[in-house]
Amino acid sequence: MADIKVAAYICKGCGLGERLDTDALVKVAQKDGKVPLAKSHDFLCNAEGVAMIRNDIANEGVTHIMIGACSRRAKTEAFYFPENAVARANLREGVIWIRPDTDEARETTQEMAEDYIRMGCAEVKAMTAPGGNPVTGSSKTLLVVGGGVTGMTTAIEASKTGYPVVLVEKTGALGGWASKLYKRVPVHEPYKSPADTGVGELVSQVLGDSNIKVYLNATIAKTDGAPGRFIVDIATESGATHTEDIGAIVQASGFTLYDMNKLPELGGGKSPNVVDQAGLEALAIAAAAGDGVIRRPSDGQPVKSVVFVQCAGQRDPTGTHLAYCSGYCCNTSIKQAMYFKDANPAVDTTIIYTDLRTPGNGEDFYRSAQEKGVNFTKGKVVEVVPNGATSTVKFHDLILGDTSAAMADVDLVVLATGQVPNSGVNIEVPAAPAEAGTVEVKPISILNLTYRQGPDVPQLKQGFTDSHFICFPYETRRTGIYTAGPVRRPMDIAQAREDATGAALKAIQALENAELGRAAHPRSGDLSFPKVRLEGCTQCKRCTVECPFGAIDEDEKRFPVVNESRCRRCGTCMGACPVRVISFENYSINTVGAQIKAVDIPDEFAEKPRILILACENDAYPALDMAGMNRIEYSAYVRTIPIRCLGSLNTIWITDALNAGYDGVMLMGCKSGDEYQCHFVKGSELGRTRLSKIDDTLKTLNLESERVRDLEVAITDIKRLPEMINKYAAELVAVGPSPFKGF
Amino acid sequence: MAKHEYAFYPGCSSQKGASASNYLTSVEAMCKTLDVKLTEIPDWNCCGASIGYAEAGELPRHVMNARNFALSEQHLPGQEIVATCAACWLGARETRERLSHSDTLMADTREALKEAGLIINEMPNIRHMVEVLIEDLGFDEMKKYVVRPLEGVKIAGYVGCQTNRPFGVDGESFENPQYLDKMVEMVGAESIPEYEQKVTCCGGALAFSEPEKAQAQIKDIVESAYDHGAEMIVTPCPLCQANVEIYQGHVNKKYGTKFNIPVMYYSQLMVVAYGGDAKAAGLNGQVIKARRLEEIAAKPVKR
Amino acid sequence: MSANTAVAEKYRNNFLKEIEEQVEMGDWVKMCMQCGVCSGSCPTNFQSAWEHPPQELFMMIRAGKREEVLTSSSMWNCTSCYNCIVRCPRKLPITHIMHGIAEYAHRLGMAPKMQPTRFFSGLFWKNCTNTGRVNELKLSMGLYFKDGFVQGIKNGMAMQAVALGLVKAKRLNVMELFSGHKCKDQKGIQAMLKKAYEIERSRKAAKMAG
Repeated sequence: MADIKVAAYICKGCGLGERLDTDALVKVAQKDGKVPLAKSHDFLCNAEGVAMIRNDIANEGVTHIMIGACSRRAKTEAFYFPENAVARANLREGVIWIRPDTDEARETTQEMAEDYIRMGCAEVKAMTAPGGNPVTGSSKTLLVVGGGVTGMTTAIEASKTGYPVVLVEKTGALGGWASKLYKRVPVHEPYKSPADTGVGELVSQVLGDSNIKVYLNATIAKTDGAPGRFIVDIATESGATHTEDIGAIVQASGFTLYDMNKLPELGGGKSPNVVDQAGLEALAIAAAAGDGVIRRPSDGQPVKSVVFVQCAGQRDPTGTHLAYCSGYCCNTSIKQAMYFKDANPAVDTTIIYTDLRTPGNGEDFYRSAQEKGVNFTKGKVVEVVPNGATSTVKFHDLILGDTSAAMADVDLVVLATGQVPNSGVNIEVPAAPAEAGTVEVKPISILNLTYRQGPDVPQLKQGFTDSHFICFPYETRRTGIYTAGPVRRPMDIAQAREDATGAALKAIQALENAELGRAAHPRSGDLSFPKVRLEGCTQCKRCTVECPFGAIDEDEKRFPVVNESRCRRCGTCMGACPVRVISFENYSINTVGAQIKAVDIPDEFAEKPRILILACENDAYPALDMAGMNRIEYSAYVRTIPIRCLGSLNTIWITDALNAGYDGVMLMGCKSGDEYQCHFVKGSELGRTRLSKIDDTLKTLNLESERVRDLEVAITDIKRLPEMINKYAAELVAVGPSPFKGF
Repeated sequence: MAKHEYAFYPGCSSQKGASASNYLTSVEAMCKTLDVKLTEIPDWNCCGASIGYAEAGELPRHVMNARNFALSEQHLPGQEIVATCAACWLGARETRERLSHSDTLMADTREALKEAGLIINEMPNIRHMVEVLIEDLGFDEMKKYVVRPLEGVKIAGYVGCQTNRPFGVDGESFENPQYLDKMVEMVGAESIPEYEQKVTCCGGALAFSEPEKAQAQIKDIVESAYDHGAEMIVTPCPLCQANVEIYQGHVNKKYGTKFNIPVMYYSQLMVVAYGGDAKAAGLNGQVIKARRLEEIAAKPVKR
Repeated sequence: MSANTAVAEKYRNNFLKEIEEQVEMGDWVKMCMQCGVCSGSCPTNFQSAWEHPPQELFMMIRAGKREEVLTSSSMWNCTSCYNCIVRCPRKLPITHIMHGIAEYAHRLGMAPKMQPTRFFSGLFWKNCTNTGRVNELKLSMGLYFKDGFVQGIKNGMAMQAVALGLVKAKRLNVMELFSGHKCKDQKGIQAMLKKAYEIERSRKAAKMAG
């Protein structure tokens, strides 16, 4: 390792100079931090202050920089030294802004600041400047899987942005579901009548674009590699396989209509005159090709009355059918009712709904249908009884409270059955052994990933392949692979087109980042990546299993292989490793451990407890900073260390802290479980699983369970967090000082 | 010449010996002070009111109002029609809107009017007196004439329905109109902006036909004013005034309450504040006497 | 054949169409989206629960419940406060539709005979169109005596205090019973109204004829 030279800079601006003894801080950096070069500056982030640091880098040979000023989340542009290892001691948001400006508080506030200087110096010495991922790929080609509206839109948008596209469609033609529609729900003023689907235009745009290479009757046989360097085998009908170099992938594999045969009580499969929405589109297309009259499938007689049954097999609380609302079906039924009314106003059209959901301009469309005389009845259909050529629709009228309402002599019944995503193999469900004598239909993989974790992207809920419901649309838990359209969540054409555009841009961002060796969000631009000291590896596989992004494979000797471009830099592997051989250049067991050890622990008679806070940098740490910005005070006894994710938590940190005489440890991570808010999906959950074993450690040390506190924190907990800290500090006073002080 | 001139549509209830005759008395005194000239439309007829619906039908109802328009056009050309009664204003305004939006209805109306020898060429503007006060004069102008502020009198502004819905006064919300509160402040009294029953219906014509239903509402209206410490209630509508005032006895009997709150017209407050005496303000027309106002009206005017 | 059976036959199962063609503002009924804001905004509904609030009446019309709608007393509970109109997110002129259905039921002779507001409504219109102006005393007396002479005296006694108060305040004139206010051109008014009824009837008939 090259020689390092550490310098510490203490800022006196923003009131730091008035509230703190900065000369003493400089001395602490020199004496305790053992930093050869320590300076203070009146206004460190201004041009002059930054020039001073640059000058020291250039002329004094400074390699490692410790800045004692504001939070690491502030002034990131001023304090940007990409060639150097940089640590930040948070004296502003973390100390003076959360402490009262009183004489009594001055001593503890100064102690807090001095500890943060010690911690910063220790941290920076444990770091090296990240050098970036050496195994990058530079493919700029986008693979789009699926040739429906979403896939075609993704291809067109990416191509327009200047990126070549390979589009793979499993059928013999582009167009997908939309090409089977007679018309679509309108998306332009005045939203009054069904509109042309526009699919023909999309298809010709794709086919006419030399930047888009289309494979029809083709599937993905294998997807290997990582963002920027995917190698994808495309199997075609002829049996030939084509291999393409791909930078990023958009999966637009669409949906299948929920099978109406599962709804015999609603007449599904019982009569040709009970159809699903796709069935009606087919009838309408057939009618348009003929005399324009939609006819009864059973005998070809013109339909004089039609009933639309909304939420058929949807929003089912019993678990038998789909639990969710597909969102588009109300507008679709309105559109289909208009097929009848526009051709012949005398046709009776009734839509039976429980809650009509027509968001946005769908409201105008709904109103237009009412004007056209489509009848809307709020009710729940109980049974559809086919009887010869017609059916009786029995329903519970929810307005009139009539439980035995019925419509007789209905020519055609249309069931609005909803979307089921085509998401391939659910990798989280172990394949059940096929029972003897049964023919099991196994889902067919869409992407055939060679990843250790399974062949398709993980599913979120109800089979949809989303990853994060708040912050990151289009993301899957496979870096560089994005899903768009109804495979991600139920949606209509307009939403799918918007989705496709967003996913195309995210995919482009991912492949550009991959080429530069940088992380995708949320640590966008991060050049560090996990390094495994294989000599110490016990091949336990925890890192490969726990990585939420499937970044780590195993080689033939079962050692972990990190695919850096797939990595999001959450550090979950680092936290998982029992022998602590995984680290990042600027984040490791040591960088955190050294900080924990650097804190000056007063003896048990000083009545100054010390509480270690390990705070998730995505939610908890910003919340603490914001508490500071709002000048919300909290205990001076806490020492906070930001961590990348609770998933990166290694329990050695807790053991070290308790051994060093800390009175308590607070862990602040995001919500985990079904309604998780973790930026790395599984990180906080995995961290907490590890933490569940901490009680054993506490018992071994003969310590009370109160010594460790796990808190679920959201970024909005700006007021709550200080309250929780103060409450915990008070609780610890009751528990008494740690017996480990002074050792 | 007066500053402002209008064709006046007083309405049935404002006639001598009718239920809102004191309203007219006070309006006349108020307009004199404000230099507003009201010329009664000769031989005007009833608007039909909303309650006439069982027999009225659509066209006959509009024809009734249209007759007034025609008379106004004939005798007072170019003048806007001003009504003091909420129902008259609403009825006339509704007819104006409907006829303006339907050529058929307009043609039918003209045909019927012919039978009375009348003709409409132009649709008149229909204004309520409070619109005239707020929009044509403004609060600053109205305030100029206050010589006897109603200091310390707490008054609940009861707007009611028909000056407020469905048309309302421009710029005011249906749920919380504030012009009456501003008028109360303007005459130097204390308003109760938080009076939550200010737009509750008094029961309208149901006060006659199904009194128990109306009285339940009247109770809420009076009770809330009472709870907010109001000494009196002020309203712009003759039917609101009558219903809320004269049925307090019945409400007391039925609910065991002891309400005795005077219900005034805005114009009465203004006349007293402008230095008018009890007679000019029509205070003798109160069934529940407004003692506090009478006292103020008896005081000499500071000039 | 009565007026009622004639239209019922003509429109057969299509009560919605009947309402659209025969009732003032009836063509708005189909636009109701069943949110129930009208029902929640109606003062009468709060006080004593209508049999069928507006939302429900509209649904009944769409469900073809002709007899139930037209014989209902619900529409007659309207106080004309216009709260439903200003709150309806679909901008249905609900107050007018209520009046319109009531008027239609009255026209067909299906409205409940002794419904007090129906009675008062008719009384009011006759009162005001008789001379061109309302005679408040005759109007009140007419209402009190609607259930016969004895009941009328009782009703009058119940209202005695109110009436006396008004008389004292010079807001009720007993002489109105004999003379009262009136328009000069009563003849013109009668002729004009007669014509208006004629036109209106012919328009409705034309719609029914298609």
